[in-house]
Amino acid sequence: MKYSYFPGCCVKGLGRSYEESLLPVMQRLGAEVTELNDWNCCGATAYISVEERKAAVLAARNLAIAEKTGPQDLMTPCSACYLVLNKTKHNIADSPEINAVVQRALGNAHLAYKGNVKVRHPLDILVHDVGLDVIKEKVVRPLKGLKVAPYYGCQVVRPYATFDDAWNPTTMDRLLATLGAEVIPYPLKTKCCGGSLTGTVPEAGLRLAYILLKEAVRRGADVIAVVCPLCQLNLDGYHDQIARRWGAERIPTVYFTQLMGLAFGMPPEQIGLNRNLIPMKPLQSELTRV
Amino acid sequence: MMRIKRTIKYEGDRVRGFGKEIMNVPGCAQLQSCIQCGTCSGTCPLSIYMDFSPRQVVALVRADFKNEVLRSLTIWLCASCYACSTECPRQIPITDIMYALKQRAIKEGIYPRRFPIPVVATQFYKMVRHHGRVTELTLAMKMFLRTDWFAALKFWRLGLGVIRTGRFSLRSEHIENHAELDAMLASVDNGNGKAKEAA
Repeated sequence: MKYSYFPGCCVKGLGRSYEESLLPVMQRLGAEVTELNDWNCCGATAYISVEERKAAVLAARNLAIAEKTGPQDLMTPCSACYLVLNKTKHNIADSPEINAVVQRALGNAHLAYKGNVKVRHPLDILVHDVGLDVIKEKVVRPLKGLKVAPYYGCQVVRPYATFDDAWNPTTMDRLLATLGAEVIPYPLKTKCCGGSLTGTVPEAGLRLAYILLKEAVRRGADVIAVVCPLCQLNLDGYHDQIARRWGAERIPTVYFTQLMGLAFGMPPEQIGLNRNLIPMKPLQSELTRV
Repeated sequence: MMRIKRTIKYEGDRVRGFGKEIMNVPGCAQLQSCIQCGTCSGTCPLSIYMDFSPRQVVALVRADFKNEVLRSLTIWLCASCYACSTECPRQIPITDIMYALKQRAIKEGIYPRRFPIPVVATQFYKMVRHHGRVTELTLAMKMFLRTDWFAALKFWRLGLGVIRTGRFSLRSEHIENHAELDAMLASVDNGNGKAKEAA
């Protein structure tokens, strides 16, 4: 199991605890992960709002580098990166016009892209390549009694739901259950978290984040598990503004890879759990060990 | 005194050819097959904040109402969650149509001044053009400076929080081989965005 790794800007910045938990977890499971050489920003939702052709070229540089250096399975943990790289791959294949622009641009930089790269999300890799049985073997501290709301967000399942359902995905549910956690039914699992609107139009964006928090609290969750750095920031970072507008719904939000790290017995501060604004309470098993 | 406001458009308000232009953007040709069922508006988590619903935007584009569409809040409020595109019974990529409309509005400079979303998009674009990567906090600062710096004060607790938890860094993110990326993006400009003509 060898993968190229496209971290994306968020995972090197505000979402660094995602990388801090993802890489040791992959290592523990025997997956070989190599960061893509000199990767550039995927473009996210902002770049394509300005220039479509350049957005395709921008993302295609990463695909071309991955194809050249290999491994050609390109793992990216951020949902926006996952979507944009996948979308670009599809557009190059489907639109002769986009393909011509991209190939010409790549040629200018002595690169090429033949379409061989597979864009993969860690959730997909962990459940389908590594396998739940292998993950179960590594669990030394089961998350017994921890009630988790599994929140997938939008862009990891839509519109390219390659490894799970677009509206009712279950890969993370099954993974968390393997870790020993109690996965609560959470029907809002693929509803929008507000995206970048939490910063630009807070009255609309924060309301969406608030709805997700409120529902998780109402259903008795101890923690929300996410797969995307923007979801994490939106559900963790704005509790003061949300409380002022609509009332406090205090619940921590962590990356699913952090819960894996905990179950594998990794110390919380080594997997970035000290970086939460709303901290997660120590597990029962951790408390009894002290 | 009561002011009389017209709520329905005259045919003369149309900008002929606009709908065709949008349909010519790669991926947007499907626009023609819209049956106006409203599934997009129903699934959209932000439609309750929009001036025109996504269904109305599709109808307006198709009927050449350029000014109404490009000046609407709707295109900017789309958070790209792809709920509409996934649910559309005619497989219309509505999210991509919203992108095409945003591109057009930015190109023509038709958007409310100091409205944060297009400001963030253009600043993001420039930052990636120059550095190849995004530094989130610099981007946030640029947004507040160009829109409403006073609004930044509401984010003080988040700002302190990310400093306290070590998620904040002043390091400017950038790629090494900038010449390569530059050559690639420049080729799009030189070719006027079109594919290389046959020799």
